[in-house]
Amino acid sequence: MELITPGLGLIFWMTLVFLALLLLLKKFAWIPILKALKDREDAITDALSSAVKAQEEMKQLQFSNEQLLAEAKNERDSILNEARKIKEKIIEEARLKASEEAGNITASALENIRNEKMAAFTELKNEVGQLSLEVAKKILERELSDPKKQEEFSRHLLDEIKLN
Amino acid sequence: MRKYFQSLTRFFFRTVILISLFFLFHGLTSFASAQENVNQVPASDSVFAKEHKEKKAEGFNAGDMIMEHVVDNHEWQILEIGHFALKVPLPVIIIYGGKLFTFSSSRFDNEERSYIGFSLPEEGPDKGKIIRTAAVTGGPKVYDFSITKTVLAIILSALLMLFIFISVARAYTRNLNKAPKGMQSLLEPLILFIRDDIAKSSIGEKKYEKYMPYLLTIFFFIFLNNVLGLIPIFPGGANVTGNIAVTMVMAVFTFILTSVSGNKHYWVDIVNTPGVPWWLKLPVPLMPIVEIIGLITKPFVLMVRLFANITAGHIIALGFVSLIFIFGAMNVALGYGVSVVSVAFMIFMNLLELLVAFIQAYVFTLLSALYFGLATMEPEHH
Repeated sequence: MELITPGLGLIFWMTLVFLALLLLLKKFAWIPILKALKDREDAITDALSSAVKAQEEMKQLQFSNEQLLAEAKNERDSILNEARKIKEKIIEEARLKASEEAGNITASALENIRNEKMAAFTELKNEVGQLSLEVAKKILERELSDPKKQEEFSRHLLDEIKLN
Repeated sequence: MRKYFQSLTRFFFRTVILISLFFLFHGLTSFASAQENVNQVPASDSVFAKEHKEKKAEGFNAGDMIMEHVVDNHEWQILEIGHFALKVPLPVIIIYGGKLFTFSSSRFDNEERSYIGFSLPEEGPDKGKIIRTAAVTGGPKVYDFSITKTVLAIILSALLMLFIFISVARAYTRNLNKAPKGMQSLLEPLILFIRDDIAKSSIGEKKYEKYMPYLLTIFFFIFLNNVLGLIPIFPGGANVTGNIAVTMVMAVFTFILTSVSGNKHYWVDIVNTPGVPWWLKLPVPLMPIVEIIGLITKPFVLMVRLFANITAGHIIALGFVSLIFIFGAMNVALGYGVSVVSVAFMIFMNLLELLVAFIQAYVFTLLSALYFGLATMEPEHH
């Protein structure tokens, strides 16, 4: 019968010890443990969600990076194109200018040459005229020293005039 | 097949080793008792000799031996080899007639088993109880508040729990938000299991937190004491959770907590059960009576289930030990033969009891949580 008869002393001590155990464990063990478990779970959840967020941000960043890169490429291409155009234009202009200048130079050179030639011709004409005059004078001096010949020449001159 | 055979042989060898150890003890015991018998014969009026004579006359009484091991005791016997018994005397605290008496239980170790008018008989109807000595019977009742074997086991297990869980709590606060280590990682799955699978699912996400300290305390108290009860040597071996006073106190705690946290809906449902024809309630309050009986039955069942399961386990294990001695008394060789089977069955029973230790702790905690859940359930709006 003792087996199924709860003893008074045992009930008293069990109540006392169990209550003390419950209160002590609650204060010094369960509350810190449960709090730590909850904190850790929250921290893990936070970490996971922030990781997802970071991944998304990363993606966004990558996307914008790519966009930036593409833009930069475009800009570079357009700058290069423009530069090429400018270069071509400059070359064209330079060529035009050069050919124009060359034309000018040739023209002025030709003018000069013509002028010089003219001047030379004139000088030559004058020289030749002078010389022929000298020669004519000397011939005439020699020819006309003889009065017969003078007459003959005069006559000849007169003939010529008559012809005209 | 080969592997199976190997494990079988290993098991056999282990059993043989265990049995030989057992024989060693048994041999010593019988040798010592034989010696003692020789020595004690002249002093035939001494208590021990009388006892031995009686035991000789009755033979081995398995029932008495088992009961002695299962019920509470005023001293903690650690081992007994014949006449020599190593035991821890425990403090006796008695309130008698408004006066307090405290002395060691070793004071009873005399021929009359009595001290200053109290006695602790080893035989008869008052066996194991402190009563007034026959010469001075009558007068007020003896209130026994002694630190018995079970009380000491409760205190020791409470201290062990305090040590374990406070150090675990410190480990939690020390490495905050880090992976658990050591003892912490051993206990965390259990704590999480109680929180998520017992408290949250039975009480609900909103209110479970209030009950967690109680649920954790009863779970670990029952589990630890169940396991300690399976360990046959000091400080284990006390049948704490197989003692009805212990399970009663815990069941009463659950009952009080349930009743205190019961909301209006809970009490109204008991007095005026919905969905039941009016004639079951009005002239004769049949349903309310049934409900109130149910209220009492719940903690009563909690108390009996744990007590019966653990005590039954202890009785079966002790029964297998007794078998060895019963057969040994018939024939020594038969006793040795039976011991092999007995030890094998005891190992099996111990493994089963290990499972029961967990299951009973789980069931007690789960049912307590379910009762709290019922008491705090909000009325459903249809």
